[in-house]
Amino acid sequence: MRGKEKLFLLLAIVAAIGVSLCSHLFNRYYMGVAVDCGINVILAVSLNLINGHTGQFSLGHAGFMAVGGYMAAKLTLVFGPSLHSAVQPFFFAGALLVGGITAALVGLAVGVPSLRLKGDYLAIVTLGFGEIIRVIFQTSDTFGAATGLTGIPKFTNFAWSWGLAAVTVYVVASLVNSTYGRGFIAVHDDEIAASAMGINPVRYKVTAFVVGAFFAGIAGGLYAHQKAVISPGGFDFLKSIEIVVMVILGGMGRTAGVVVAAVLLTILPELLRGVAEYRMIIYSLLIIVLMLTRPQGLFNFGKKRAA
Amino acid sequence: MTAPLLELEKVTIKFGGLTAVCDLDMCIGERELIGLIGPNGAGKTTAFNMITGVYQPTSGTIRFRQKLTAGVKPHLLSLRGISRTFQNIRLFSQMTVLDNVRTAMQGNRAQRVRDALLRGKVFREVEARVAGEAMELLKIFSLDQFHDSMAKSLPYGDQRRLEIVRALATQPKLLLLDEPAAGMNPTEKHQLMELIRFVQDKFQIAVLLVEHDMKVVMGICQRIHVLDYGRKIAEGTPAEIRANPKVIAAYLGTETTDA
Repeated sequence: MRGKEKLFLLLAIVAAIGVSLCSHLFNRYYMGVAVDCGINVILAVSLNLINGHTGQFSLGHAGFMAVGGYMAAKLTLVFGPSLHSAVQPFFFAGALLVGGITAALVGLAVGVPSLRLKGDYLAIVTLGFGEIIRVIFQTSDTFGAATGLTGIPKFTNFAWSWGLAAVTVYVVASLVNSTYGRGFIAVHDDEIAASAMGINPVRYKVTAFVVGAFFAGIAGGLYAHQKAVISPGGFDFLKSIEIVVMVILGGMGRTAGVVVAAVLLTILPELLRGVAEYRMIIYSLLIIVLMLTRPQGLFNFGKKRAA
Repeated sequence: MTAPLLELEKVTIKFGGLTAVCDLDMCIGERELIGLIGPNGAGKTTAFNMITGVYQPTSGTIRFRQKLTAGVKPHLLSLRGISRTFQNIRLFSQMTVLDNVRTAMQGNRAQRVRDALLRGKVFREVEARVAGEAMELLKIFSLDQFHDSMAKSLPYGDQRRLEIVRALATQPKLLLLDEPAAGMNPTEKHQLMELIRFVQDKFQIAVLLVEHDMKVVMGICQRIHVLDYGRKIAEGTPAEIRANPKVIAAYLGTETTDA
């Protein structure tokens, strides 16, 4: 395995750019769905670091996504029009980064006090936090209140979405697959034993939370520049649940499985458009059946935990 | 005599109205093998949890290598050199045997987030060294052939041994064993006694052993402390403890014995 991780990252990014360059050959609708897939992969893989590997049940991922999305969108809306088109990709990258960092800082602020809680309690606190974020944006005139932000330049394309998805996978997998990163899984397995073995559980939990929030923020920025319109309603509790379902379906702590699940669950609602009225019923049934038959996750075959 | 490795002075802990441990004094020197015994609920595990920083004593002081441990978090005490096993096995069940040991080694490594992300030369060297050292440790306890199995799939006795190996991986000065013989048959108990002696000798560490099984404790400990209802009722060599009427009363009731 040595040294192959970086090669994977490089190849994935090159492939993403390559596909993006010939995107005009494909149907625009399909390309749009493909971009959505990449964004959801970022969300699910980053949440998997918190919920799967570290075992801290967070329901606030849409909140972090909103922070990143609004920050990045506001930046491009205010400064974007005056920029020369040649520097726009760099500016977009910067805006995404600012969105990610803001989300990470919010993650730190939320994580430090709330990660003292465990299980259901943590889930409730993060759920409440996600709603607080949404309501803040809903009432803030700077961020367009209930209408949200409109006319955001459509910078996001296949290369951005899947390139950054590859970066997310690389970061999460590299973190976990290391002597340092085994601490995340140790905290998940047994916090008391972990601390008796010299592992600081608080530090690991906060790290997972901050890294997870950072990538959720990046995904939010991509989402905003894909849809061109964002409103508080798009970052509600259901969005968080949707990401949690991807993690559970893929198998908690299985990066590869979660990637597949994120793609499947993005495509499935599109396929079910024909039976739109029954879409949510089919979706819910699928999850119920899955939980009854494969509670360990659809793509959880191997015995080993290492991502 | 040199200063003791671990020193407990009038250590008391109260949970609400219940005094779980009261005025406990205890000294453990370098490379000593000390036993801590007592009937169920005597406060042995509570004493363990205070030494390892899980609980904070209500009053009294604990010193490890002459430094107070009050308010120090368990993971920092582990880095200072206190390691332990648990009464109910607490392995990292979702990890392989090798990963369990490797994880315990991470506290003493300089590896940080940045190293793990950049995956440079230093990172690979540390990874290789950690894996090598972990395998060596496993080999000493002949667990190396299971290195790729999940920890929870090992037989019970091997899980107990793996817990000891994992504790040793933190490079402790003091190893606390919480009822390592629980659930073992006589043959396994005998092997365990050999193992504890071997560990103490090979790694040159002090061992504090909490145990119910008299044969095990009497067989290997140099000195024994006896707790009953949170108070120390006796201290001495195995022979002294065996003859002590208070100990006999605590364990067997107040009838006289003629064994």
